[in-house]
Amino acid sequence: MNREPLLEVRDLSVSFHSRDAVVHAVNRVNFVLHPGEVLGVVGESGSGKTVTMMALLGLLPSPPARISAEAVRFDGQKLLSLPPDRLRAIRGHRIGFIFQDPMTSLNPVLTVGYQIMEPMRHHLGLTRVQARDRAVELLDLVGIPDAARRLNDWPHRFSGGMRQRVMIALALACDPQVLVADEPTTALDVTIQAQILELVRSLREKVGMAIIWITHDLGVIAGLADRVMVMYAGQIVEQAGVGTLFEAASHPYTRALLGSVPDAGGVRRDRLMAITGQAAVLYRPPEACPFHSRCDEAVARCREEVPKRHSCGEEHDVACFRR
Amino acid sequence: MTRAGESYWLDVWRQFKVHKGALASAAFLTGVIVAVAAGPWLWPVDPQFIDVRARNAGMSLEHPLGTDQLGRDTLARVIAGGRTSLAVGVTAMAIALVLGTLVGVLAGYLRRIDGALMRLTDLFLALPLLPLLLVAILLFRDMLRSAFGPEAGIFILIVAVIGITSWMQTARVVRGEVMTIREREFVLAARSIGTSRRRIITRHILPNVMSPVLVSATLGIANAIITESALSFLGLGFPSDFPTWGRLLYDGVDYLQRYPERAMAPGLAISLTVLAVNYLGDGLRDALDPRIRTR
Repeated sequence: MNREPLLEVRDLSVSFHSRDAVVHAVNRVNFVLHPGEVLGVVGESGSGKTVTMMALLGLLPSPPARISAEAVRFDGQKLLSLPPDRLRAIRGHRIGFIFQDPMTSLNPVLTVGYQIMEPMRHHLGLTRVQARDRAVELLDLVGIPDAARRLNDWPHRFSGGMRQRVMIALALACDPQVLVADEPTTALDVTIQAQILELVRSLREKVGMAIIWITHDLGVIAGLADRVMVMYAGQIVEQAGVGTLFEAASHPYTRALLGSVPDAGGVRRDRLMAITGQAAVLYRPPEACPFHSRCDEAVARCREEVPKRHSCGEEHDVACFRR
Repeated sequence: MTRAGESYWLDVWRQFKVHKGALASAAFLTGVIVAVAAGPWLWPVDPQFIDVRARNAGMSLEHPLGTDQLGRDTLARVIAGGRTSLAVGVTAMAIALVLGTLVGVLAGYLRRIDGALMRLTDLFLALPLLPLLLVAILLFRDMLRSAFGPEAGIFILIVAVIGITSWMQTARVVRGEVMTIREREFVLAARSIGTSRRRIITRHILPNVMSPVLVSATLGIANAIITESALSFLGLGFPSDFPTWGRLLYDGVDYLQRYPERAMAPGLAISLTVLAVNYLGDGLRDALDPRIRTR
C-alpha cells in the first residue's frame, strides 16, 4: 500500500499525572492508517488502546492527561495543535467514535432521533427536516426496523444490540472518513456481536470508510481487520497483516496471546496457555522491554534497552531483540 | 407501549394522570390560583373595610370565615393574602432556582471554579439567615419604598432577599448530580461527536438534573411562603394593613384561645398549598423523566 496515509501518528506518548504518581499509559507509539482499511488494535486491558485513540481526538481530560507527540496528522491537519473548535469540527464529522457500552453511551433523557440528528445539524448544517430524513435512512442502514417511528423513542426502549446499532448510525451520521470503534461488541452477547460485526462489514463495503477496531478479542480481529497492531504496556509490540499475524506471529507476547485463545478450528486442547505474571504498569518511562519479566526468551539486553520496531517480513514489524 | 404519532406532551400527560395525588393537587392549586386571581369578583368584600359593629364575629353567611378584631372579613383577607403569598413564593423560588442551578451546574461542570463556588455556597449556608434578612430589610426598605411605592418596593425586597438566601441547597444538589452525569459515557459520546461545551451543558446535562431541580422548586415555594410569614410576624414584611397568609396567621395567634378558627384559615391555606405544590412536583418529576415514565 503506497497510498498517502489518512492518519499518521509518530511518537505519541500519553501520561497521567496524579498527586502521587505518574503513569505512562502510552509510550512512543507510531502507526499509520490508510484510507478504507480496517486496522485492528489488540491488547489486554490497560495496554493503552483506548487512551491512544482518545488522545488523538482530544477526548482525554487534561489534567491529568499529558499528551506529547512528534506528529499526529489527519488528512493533512496536525490534530494535536488544532484549536478546540477546529478539533470539534473533526470529531463526529470526519472521525466517528463508537464506545464500548451502548447502555450508557446514549443520553437517557433525549430521544434517539434527536441524538442522531445532533451531529448532522451541527456539522453539516442540515435543517431539522433534512436531518430527520437522513436519520431515518441511517437507522434503516443499521437495520433498525420501523426507523421513522423509532426516532421518537427514548434509549431505554432499545435493547443493547439495538442501541449499539444506534451508536453506529450516530457515528456514521456525517460520513466520517475514519470510524474508531472502541470494543463495541464486548458489552453485547455473542449472537448480537456477530450481527454487529456483519453489519460493520457490510457498511464498510457500502460506505468505504477506514476503521480502527479496538478489541481484546482476537477472533473478532481475524474476521474483520486487514492489518493488526498488538499493544502491550503502552507500546506497539508487533504490527502485521492479519494473515501474517495469525500464521507467523513473531513477538513472544503475540504468540502467548494467540496461545491463550481456544482454537478457532474447534480442536480442543487440554489447557489454555496463560501468560504468567501481571501486565506492567509503568510509573516511569520504559527503560527495558515491557514484556521481559514475563517472557521465556528474555536475555540480558531485554532488561537494559527498549527494543525498537524493526521490519521482519513484508508489512510486518516487531519490537523484540530476539527476532 | 409506544403509539404512533403520539406527542411528547401527550405521553407526559398520560403518565401524570397515573399519580392521583398529583392530579388532585393540580386541581386544588388551580382552584387556589383562580380564587386568588378572581377573588375580588368572587367575593366582592374589601379586605381593608373595617366594620366595628361586626368585630370578632363567628362564621355566618355574611362572613363565612368570621371577622377579626377590627371587623374585617377573614375570607376576603385570606383571598387577598393568598395573592401576595403565592406571588412571593413563586417569584422567590424562581430566583433561588435560577441562581442555584447556575451555581450548581458551573461548579459541577467546570472544575476550576468548583472550589470557589462551593466555598461561596458554604458561606451563604453559614450565614444566620434571619438576622441577615432583618439587616437587609432595614437597609434597603426605605430606598425601594420610595422608588417603587410601599407595596411593590417591599415585594421586590422580600422576594430578592428570600431568593438570594435560599439557593444553596439547590446548588449543592445540582452540583452533585452534574458531577455524576459529567462522568457518564454519553457525555463523552457527545464530546466525541464534536458537541460544544455549552451545548453539552444545556442539552445533555441540564435535562438530566431536572428532577432534583423540580423537587427543590416545590420545596422552595413552601419555604418562601413560610419565610415570608416569619418576616411578617417580625413586623418586617409587608405593611401591617396589607394581608398575607403569614401575617394573618400570626395576627390570629394572638386570639388563638378565644377564636382558634382565625389562625386556622390562613394556616390551612399555607399547609394545603405547600402540600399540593410538593405533590405536584412529585408527579411532574415522574411524568417528565422518560426513564421513570415507561416503567
